[in-house]
Amino acid sequence: MTVAVEKTEKPQKTGSVEPPAPAESVRKVSRSMVVGAILVVWLVLFVVLRGKQTLALAAADLTDLHRWFNDVNDSIGANRNSNPLFLYFFNEIRLVIDSLVTFVQELISQPSVGRPVPQIGWLGVVGIAGYVSWAVGNWRVALLAVAGFTFLGLQGLWQESMDTLALTVSAVFVALVFAIPLGVWAGLSDRFNRFVTPFLDLMQTMPTFVYLAPLTLFFQIGPASATIATLIYAAPPTIRITAHAIRSVPETTVEAADSLGATRRQSLMKVLLPMSKRTVVMGVNQTIMAALAMVTIAALIDAPGLGKTVVQALQTLDVGTAFNAGLAIVVMAIVLDRVTTAASARQEAARLSKNRFITWRRPLLAAGAAVTAVLAYLSHTYLWAAEFPGEGSTGSTIRSTADSVTTWVQDNLSGVTNAFRDALTNSLLNPFQALLTDSPWWLVGAALIALAVVLGGWRAGVTTAVCVGLLVGTGVWSDGMTTLASTLVATVLVMLLGVVFGVWMGRSALVDRLIRPTLDAAQVMPPFVYLVPFLALFGATRFTAIVAAVVYAAPVAMKIIADGVRNVPATTVEAATSAGCNTWQIITKVQLPMARGALTLATNQGLIYVLSMVVVGGLVGAGALGYDVVAGFSQGQLFGKGLAAGLAIVLLGVMFDRITQAAARRTSA
Amino acid sequence: MARQARQWRVGAVGIAVLGLTLTACSGAKVGDSSSDAGGSGGSGKCGTFNLAVNPWVGYEANAAVIAYVAEHDLGCKVTQKDLKEEIAWQGFGTGEVDAVVENWGHDDLKKKYITDQKTAVDAGPTGNEGLIGWYVPPWLAKAHPDILDWNNLDKYAAEFKTSESGGKGQLLDGDPSFVTNDEALVKNLKLDFKVVYAGSETALIQAFRKAEKDKEWVIGYFYEPQWFMSEVPLEKVKLPEYKEGCDADPEKVDCDYPVYKLDKIVSKKFSESGSPAYDLVKNFTWTNDDQNVVAKYIAVDKMTPEAAAKKWVEANRDKVDAWIK
Repeated sequence: MTVAVEKTEKPQKTGSVEPPAPAESVRKVSRSMVVGAILVVWLVLFVVLRGKQTLALAAADLTDLHRWFNDVNDSIGANRNSNPLFLYFFNEIRLVIDSLVTFVQELISQPSVGRPVPQIGWLGVVGIAGYVSWAVGNWRVALLAVAGFTFLGLQGLWQESMDTLALTVSAVFVALVFAIPLGVWAGLSDRFNRFVTPFLDLMQTMPTFVYLAPLTLFFQIGPASATIATLIYAAPPTIRITAHAIRSVPETTVEAADSLGATRRQSLMKVLLPMSKRTVVMGVNQTIMAALAMVTIAALIDAPGLGKTVVQALQTLDVGTAFNAGLAIVVMAIVLDRVTTAASARQEAARLSKNRFITWRRPLLAAGAAVTAVLAYLSHTYLWAAEFPGEGSTGSTIRSTADSVTTWVQDNLSGVTNAFRDALTNSLLNPFQALLTDSPWWLVGAALIALAVVLGGWRAGVTTAVCVGLLVGTGVWSDGMTTLASTLVATVLVMLLGVVFGVWMGRSALVDRLIRPTLDAAQVMPPFVYLVPFLALFGATRFTAIVAAVVYAAPVAMKIIADGVRNVPATTVEAATSAGCNTWQIITKVQLPMARGALTLATNQGLIYVLSMVVVGGLVGAGALGYDVVAGFSQGQLFGKGLAAGLAIVLLGVMFDRITQAAARRTSA
Repeated sequence: MARQARQWRVGAVGIAVLGLTLTACSGAKVGDSSSDAGGSGGSGKCGTFNLAVNPWVGYEANAAVIAYVAEHDLGCKVTQKDLKEEIAWQGFGTGEVDAVVENWGHDDLKKKYITDQKTAVDAGPTGNEGLIGWYVPPWLAKAHPDILDWNNLDKYAAEFKTSESGGKGQLLDGDPSFVTNDEALVKNLKLDFKVVYAGSETALIQAFRKAEKDKEWVIGYFYEPQWFMSEVPLEKVKLPEYKEGCDADPEKVDCDYPVYKLDKIVSKKFSESGSPAYDLVKNFTWTNDDQNVVAKYIAVDKMTPEAAAKKWVEANRDKVDAWIK
């Protein structure tokens, strides 16, 4: 969310990097000419072969693969009560996780046995939040935590927020128990790293809707399924970032430990882990953020909390209520993000300096602990400290404000927005989509592979070939191409916004500080909340889906580019200024070219984030893969097709990730 | 030395503050007021009743009323679970779901869970009749009354063009939860329309709401009973009449959707448990108007489902008594 994203996304994507291709600055011109040539050939053949072998499939049609997926799903459902794997394996997992979640819930959110309220009331939770934030971070984030949590109560959403917190805490806890050891392993062993990377890709790009229904088959309806759905999506960042952290400990340090006679175990425990602590905490941060992103989706399988409020409000298109709950999620995310970021900074500070603050810290911590214990006791015993007082009047103000803003926007802007929509759809999206969907599949496939080879090298070409082959195998090729067209258009918009705002933020610290909270909010606010006004503005169209994806993905690109621009050495900029460059020249000739690495990374991340919104797009008129996934989740006979569409999204993601990564390595080499 | 003294001073101040807080606080203790301990202490015969709540307001109205009666008249402990249909049916086998109280057709699920797995049984109609079909906003029906017959649709196809429909008229299809034959219908009735998938009920409602407000041309898939009808009373377009079996082959459908007799499905275990909640579910029937009233309380008047149910139950005691006699 904060600076963290830029720093931590990089490792994710460079985890399995092989030695970079040799620099070839001389051939750069010729490469863009080759790309142009490929496109021209494609266009010519498109005109000739238009509409042939497009592999189109109607919305209700299925292929054999889809039917087979259905049968597997059915037979699992039919045999779940007799299969020993269920009786002794999945059921045990479910029991353990269920009791963990119930325990946390009874602690802070749900009435526990024999009590009408949870064990710890609002005062205790606020106290603990403040104390822990201060202990692991600093007093500033402690203040933020106290204010943030109190705000949740003022919104009238205390219990819902605590339910969400309980589920998030449990899911993150379980995720870390597995993710950190796996991450260490992946950091130590190249082979394991190569083995695990495709699985992590799958976990992060496979739309949750695809595995939500099967999950309830394995783990039944209840907290266990919700927790597992959350941790599937949330664990990968920690694994990736931990592995990266272990890898980036300087080799000389490890060698020094070895030469002093440290065993493998000793060098792990005394050197590698302590030195990578800071980065690992950033991984935890990313995992928490990802877990919060799942709140609304988990609500579809009865996960309690804010997600339910959002989903229910949207049944009646009640934007105000949905926004209020969405805001609570944003507040909670910002608090958790800032606290873990501060915690990671403290790790660094504590490692570098052992100054006299340490001696002061102990007694202060003890005193704080005593105060917190008293607050918790009060909230356990007295009603006023247990149940948040007041009717949540702040909440109703937020609700009505959000409602009137939405109404105003819908009433006053829709003429302008429609013109913009039609212009973009007709001039860019429709021709591009026609090119992709109406060309024969082998032509598109060949063009993609050729582009991958030119831009990313042979290895990227081979990956692309495999992905194209599998895409054809999923039986949803045509839908995949429709989705691809929208995705690429959205990515172009993301990059435009990313460059404009990223450069602005990178050049001015003040602008950065003003814009950043909005970006954080755009990333964590459940998309369901802003979809309703978007639908009113743009109708149920592919364009609405594109706008939703841009809202979600542009912040990441902006942050990465801002970081890249900021990292251009000040001396270089000064030299350019003294050489008489004006601002425009400095940006276009110095800062952007020098931030090339950041630009490619932003493209990579922007594309992946856009792809993760494909399913949301399916809910607002994008059709194609997103709709297939949603329909598969809703209708039994379309389950297999939904799964195939989910796999197609994963394949598109992997394909473009590998191409852009390889291209990034080339440009930065 | 000095540092230690300072620490002591801080500690002393801290303890004094704590002491003050402790003595200062008074007020109700947790557990003092045992008045609202819930209705679980009532009749032990009913026990826990797991009621699935599918995500649309009409269903919520049914569920709210049944839950209210089960809790207050029968003394059950009702657990309402928010679930999509498919997942709710899965829950019959594991005992996590006892009842689904508004089911739209779903012959595939019936086959799977009632006929094949035998984990669910039919508990009779809810009394509501579900209509599915093509609807237009009221202004359009008024301005061009002949549009309500499918034979005239092609005449207006050009008016329904959008950026999504590739030069043809746009037929906005909707919520992926419901079965749709629209692609086949358009093909078999040889209409100059293209089905565009809006993808969610939210998207459909927004489209119709805006169409009525700004007098836009929209035709789309919709259904009733639905709370939105009380805000914008959409008009149904007449398709070729439904005849038994005319929709047997999904490729060749050329007729209207059948009228769905909405029904209730319960788990086999629940039906054999002798719970009074089962009898309540079995006997529960009401009219479309009844449901629309409760749905309106929830969706338009923004009452909680429980408050809405209470209001309706108090006004319709005679109907409720017939369910639980």
